[in-house]
Amino acid sequence: MPERALRQTAEWWGTAKTSFLFHARGIEHHSNGVQNALGTINLVLATGRIGKPKSGYGTITGQANGQGGREHGQKCDQLPGWRDISNPDHRRHIAGIWGIDEPDLPGPGVDAYELFRKIDAGEIKGLLSICFNPKVSLPDNGFITRCLDKLEFFAAIDFFLNDTARHADVVLPGSLQEEDEGTVTQVEGRVIKINKAVDPPGDARQDWRIIQDIARALDRPHGFTFAEPRAIFDELRRASKGGVADYSGITYEKIERQMGVFWPCYTEDPESGAPVEHAGTPRLFERGSYNPVAKGAGPFYFADGKARFNVAEYRPPVDDASDDFPLYLTTGRVVSHFLSGTQTRRIAPLIDQYPEPRIEMHPRLAAKLGIADGDWAIAETRRGRITLKAMVVSTIRPDTIFIPYHWPGEKSANQLTVAAQDPISRIPQYKVCGCRVFKAGGAPAYAAVREPQQ
Amino acid sequence: MAKPEYLHFFIDPNRCIGCQACVQACTECDTHRGDSMIHLEFIDRAHSVQTVPVVCMHCEQPTCAEVCPADAIKRTGDGVVQSARKPRCIACGNCVLACPFGVPEVYEDRQIMMKCDMCYDRTSVGKKPMCATVCPSQALFFGTAEQMSQLRPLSRPVNRFQFGAQTISTRVFMMMPETLVSRRPYIDVTAAMEDKARERAIALTPVDAGDPFAGVEV
Repeated sequence: MPERALRQTAEWWGTAKTSFLFHARGIEHHSNGVQNALGTINLVLATGRIGKPKSGYGTITGQANGQGGREHGQKCDQLPGWRDISNPDHRRHIAGIWGIDEPDLPGPGVDAYELFRKIDAGEIKGLLSICFNPKVSLPDNGFITRCLDKLEFFAAIDFFLNDTARHADVVLPGSLQEEDEGTVTQVEGRVIKINKAVDPPGDARQDWRIIQDIARALDRPHGFTFAEPRAIFDELRRASKGGVADYSGITYEKIERQMGVFWPCYTEDPESGAPVEHAGTPRLFERGSYNPVAKGAGPFYFADGKARFNVAEYRPPVDDASDDFPLYLTTGRVVSHFLSGTQTRRIAPLIDQYPEPRIEMHPRLAAKLGIADGDWAIAETRRGRITLKAMVVSTIRPDTIFIPYHWPGEKSANQLTVAAQDPISRIPQYKVCGCRVFKAGGAPAYAAVREPQQ
Repeated sequence: MAKPEYLHFFIDPNRCIGCQACVQACTECDTHRGDSMIHLEFIDRAHSVQTVPVVCMHCEQPTCAEVCPADAIKRTGDGVVQSARKPRCIACGNCVLACPFGVPEVYEDRQIMMKCDMCYDRTSVGKKPMCATVCPSQALFFGTAEQMSQLRPLSRPVNRFQFGAQTISTRVFMMMPETLVSRRPYIDVTAAMEDKARERAIALTPVDAGDPFAGVEV
């Protein structure tokens, strides 16, 4: 980044009266992603622009319920209400809600990539996945493909037969968001309602029904006997009560009436315990606000209620640019496709908008390599190589190439990416690895073949 | 029914983020399912990510209709220029060549021209065109002039365009910075064709010109 751009940004940021700092995956998909996020939070704290009108901080998530999932245990070291599966008090509370003995709750699991390392090591032999397409979405996906074939048993619940589900022993047809009901939580902590628009076609069923049936078949139906999504949400409300992300006062009716409800939303005043009709909390960290960690001592999630600055030390990326691989490869998304493309690579107008991945490169780099816009080019890293058409644009750094990741097989950018992860968040380093590029001799064989869904 | 006179269509390309929502919404319309009548164009993708949505501007004197040898393009009493009449259109493409805004398209497989009709089925009963209902940044806005001037106090709606010697007035408004409109109350389209896209979205003072990556070696 040019120094003058950084200085100008600081000038604007520092002199503004109010500010909102948002980031998405760009600074997070690094082996030092947590450090990057802490750095931005430090900026927000240093300028005091949090817990005030028109000020704040947020991370824009990549999926509809990226926020809600991370609040209630989608990550396997969590429990509902932003609780910690390693915290004895939290374990006892949730075990009580679920009607089980605390020792029956498992400990923290492993992250999505570690899962595959354990499959490779023979420690995990069976896998039940839901809407999971790691053959496209995880880095160094040649390794992922080998691991999928090592599994003794693999069952996939998915709404379409995606690239990963093709490795499964059993595929259970699940449902799309449009075929089920529930809530999602937006980046601002606003819980909104998703209504069912159509029934799942054919033998397809709602994912939660499939999971309940599996539990019954395993002769362990306890906790899997819900009659409708609302009953599941009501249990989540009870389970989240008293946690940081307290949903207890959120009802379907309140969501409809208020166009969404911001957590925490209480049924009982957290300080006095008296029943309360609470509208929700549109802004977190306001002066005088209550949270269950500080218990009234201050607005932030520490015992003394004060925020903390964290030293965000820089670490160079794993597999940095080098003499052999002098360029940076960065991967990401294009507007016409969603995640691993399982849905969007089947929709003709979206395929028309962006039919195949391209290698974005700066005109100066292209000139040096003798590559013109539309030429076939090869990008190579220590993991693999890919042949795609070049897209020559001056909107990218000259020492960096960009490839979108939504495609499988020979068009998959994640053949090239490195399986390095942030040690705290375990997020993979999708946004940088050393790479080299040269002009291809001609079109690759795949160029003449259409994808199955086309 | 007719489009209520107090409702207007405003296009503000400055606000377009290229999300393609308008294109998808248009594509899903039952009257032309699978084809978008709105065009979302990169101005110059080689040097900028700026996009601009292009709808039919609904000219007072539509050039497309004037050049049509089959009299297939009709303008309703409330000023909305319709897509080609199916029994009349001979798919000659005269309108495609003549339209100053590049709006009509001939669909060879169906032998007909189709274009944006401002969702006449919707706007004629006071509803917004589909594209304006989904636009997240109000680059496409359908409402009253008062609403627009409140939302964009620094911009003015313009509906006069100069194409060489031809002056065109349209039903659809283009939002322009007030500073430009006060100097010239119309858009000189042929002159604008010579403009180069600005390379960076954020103008950096004092050194705005030149390659922002000048210091980066390859």
